[in-house]
Amino acid sequence: MKDNKDIRVVVGMSGGVDSSVAALLLKEQGYDVVGIFMKNWDDTDEFGVCTATEDFDDVVRVCNQLDIPYYSVNFEKEYWDKVFTYFLDEYKAGRTPNPDVMCNKEIKFKAFLDHALSLGADYLATGHYARVREVDGKVQMLRGVDDNKDQTYFLNQLSEDILSKVMFPLGELPKPKVREIAKEAGLVTATKKDSTGICFIGERNFKQFLSEYLPAQPGEMKTLDGEVMGRHEGLMYYTIGQRQGLGIGGPGDPWFVVGKNLGDNVLYVEQGYSNDKLYSEALIATDVNWINPDDIQENFTCTAKFRYRQKDSDVTVTLMEDNKVKVDFYENQRAITPGQAVVFYHGDVCLGGGTIDEIIKNDQALQYVG
Amino acid sequence: MEAIYLDHAATTPIEQEVIDTMYPIYQQTFGNPSSVHSFGRRARRLLDEARRVMAKSIHANEKEIVFTSGGTEADNLALIGTALANRDKGNHIITSVQEHHATLHTAEYLEKEGFDVTYLPIYEDGKVRVEDLQEALRDDTILVSIMFVNNETGIIQPIKEIGEILTDHQAYLHTDAVQAFGLLDIDVKKMGIDLLSVSSHKIYGPKGVGFLYVREGIPINTLQFGGEQERKRRPGTENVVSIVGFQKAVELAMENKENRRQQYQRFKELFLRILRENHVTFEINGDYHTQIESIVNLSFPGANVEQLLTNFDLEGIAASSGSACTAGSVEPSHVLTAMFGKNNPCTTNSIRFSFGNFNTMENVNEAANRVAKIVNRLTS
Repeated sequence: MKDNKDIRVVVGMSGGVDSSVAALLLKEQGYDVVGIFMKNWDDTDEFGVCTATEDFDDVVRVCNQLDIPYYSVNFEKEYWDKVFTYFLDEYKAGRTPNPDVMCNKEIKFKAFLDHALSLGADYLATGHYARVREVDGKVQMLRGVDDNKDQTYFLNQLSEDILSKVMFPLGELPKPKVREIAKEAGLVTATKKDSTGICFIGERNFKQFLSEYLPAQPGEMKTLDGEVMGRHEGLMYYTIGQRQGLGIGGPGDPWFVVGKNLGDNVLYVEQGYSNDKLYSEALIATDVNWINPDDIQENFTCTAKFRYRQKDSDVTVTLMEDNKVKVDFYENQRAITPGQAVVFYHGDVCLGGGTIDEIIKNDQALQYVG
Repeated sequence: MEAIYLDHAATTPIEQEVIDTMYPIYQQTFGNPSSVHSFGRRARRLLDEARRVMAKSIHANEKEIVFTSGGTEADNLALIGTALANRDKGNHIITSVQEHHATLHTAEYLEKEGFDVTYLPIYEDGKVRVEDLQEALRDDTILVSIMFVNNETGIIQPIKEIGEILTDHQAYLHTDAVQAFGLLDIDVKKMGIDLLSVSSHKIYGPKGVGFLYVREGIPINTLQFGGEQERKRRPGTENVVSIVGFQKAVELAMENKENRRQQYQRFKELFLRILRENHVTFEINGDYHTQIESIVNLSFPGANVEQLLTNFDLEGIAASSGSACTAGSVEPSHVLTAMFGKNNPCTTNSIRFSFGNFNTMENVNEAANRVAKIVNRLTS
């Protein structure tokens, strides 16, 4: 077996605390660690400073502290073509996309992995909260032990082949421990704020960002029975289950988005958090990826997440043609949203996932959602 | 694995003799050259001596040498200083698209200040054309700034011809000679050069020092204010130790100019021969026959700069590219873009190798073999 010092691990470094600690841990384990900063989006802050420059600066400082070489690589074009275009297309279709899932699939664990391999890397490591385990010659992905930070939801599109070249050094650690390690090592990123939101939008106003790329078409806000409740600013600004920003006053329970009619440019709203119209009993997912396809049967039970950080729910999965599945819920689910990922688990093992495409109630696809 | 340095155009290792010259001055000569006592006079004597050596190296007189913090400051002072001081004679400046950013960004600043700037094009051979200059010249042109040798391609520019054209014109000629000085013969009088920038750390001297030659009689404004140093053109207590180190580096360069050129040419030829023997596909950017011996810029079709440079470094080869690729931004090289057009792959697959005193035939041989292996792996 190779010595760790002869195993080259490229660490994807963002300038945040997680990837800094990932690099630190690998370095401590004696690997030949190379830090690489990836730039996917061209952005300048309010002072005209490229935000990536600041983050890269942190990468440089951490790598110098760890005494590992550092480089950068640009995937702006790939990101635009594979992630951002998808992101806009989904919004145009009235859905709520998940660019992080796509970024992991197309950029971090494809273009970036290829780049790492071209540098003679044996493994690519990232600061994701997930685990990779090899059992009986099979590579599985497990949830990170920190339930609150587990990121397998975003990694559901990875294949076993990809995972065999991947390390997640933080998978066994709770987040507070990661900060503690960073502080003890005196890493400059130890107290750096975690990034929030979608990476390319950052802290900015989401509506404003989207309006720069897609024309907003204001229209009517109606109940499913056709009662006009007000106006919406453009269907793309709303997601299923949303309460904020509807501007419907009056007595009674708050109002929620329950659906969209893209053809007529109508946003459907109903009253009450537990309104029946928000609930469904099954979904159809497309582009389904199974991490260990040989373990998957035609029909099986498991748990699933329909959104990041949501608790698991019991489901029955039935395979369909064209990489699709039908997912039946044990209990009706609230605010299932087309465009988001559905991710499946057996215990701690992530089985894979797909994109929510249709929502089913009373054995029929809901026409007002999707 | 031995790391091999092929990036002498970025900076050079300081010569031992230079260090040996500087060290006793650190210990013994701390005086302020402006002081009116013996401590000051000792420092002043060293400064005067250094100034004479600088002046002689370009056939100037010592009053024409202004010490600066390096090439960038010299370029800034040359452009802004003369532009502001000669505004009554005109508002037009000519430079070229391939200049170092120390010149380009200064020219852009002057544009914001209301000056009219013409950027001469360059061609696939990497050179400006004197005909283009002739066409661009106007009655109100006050300054022409063209670099002596391009830092990315190593292409030598027709400075003498430009000087000739300007003999009958009011415009002053500035040249950034940072890559040329120490290897090429420079005679500011014969070449009609009015202002010339030089940097110490490109010729095996210490960092943080350089000079601007300003022909006597040329009005030039200062960029900073303070004491009387450098005849008020560059106030601030002189960096005596570094200036003396710089002086030593200049003396060594003047003595060894011919040898160095021949040696670097041998390095370059060996390097290219080994790449060819290993069947590496590459193109030389710019006209090989007017390229300074120390620099060669190669395009590797099918590769890209980030991948190449990262692989090189991991294999112990230090080289660079004109494309800025810090923080993950790949700005295609402005020089290669000017030569080959915006979307030409050359602008993002080219690497500059620059040879110098760090090198030996052995380590150039070794470096070329490593480069060949990497390029062949990446492009196969």
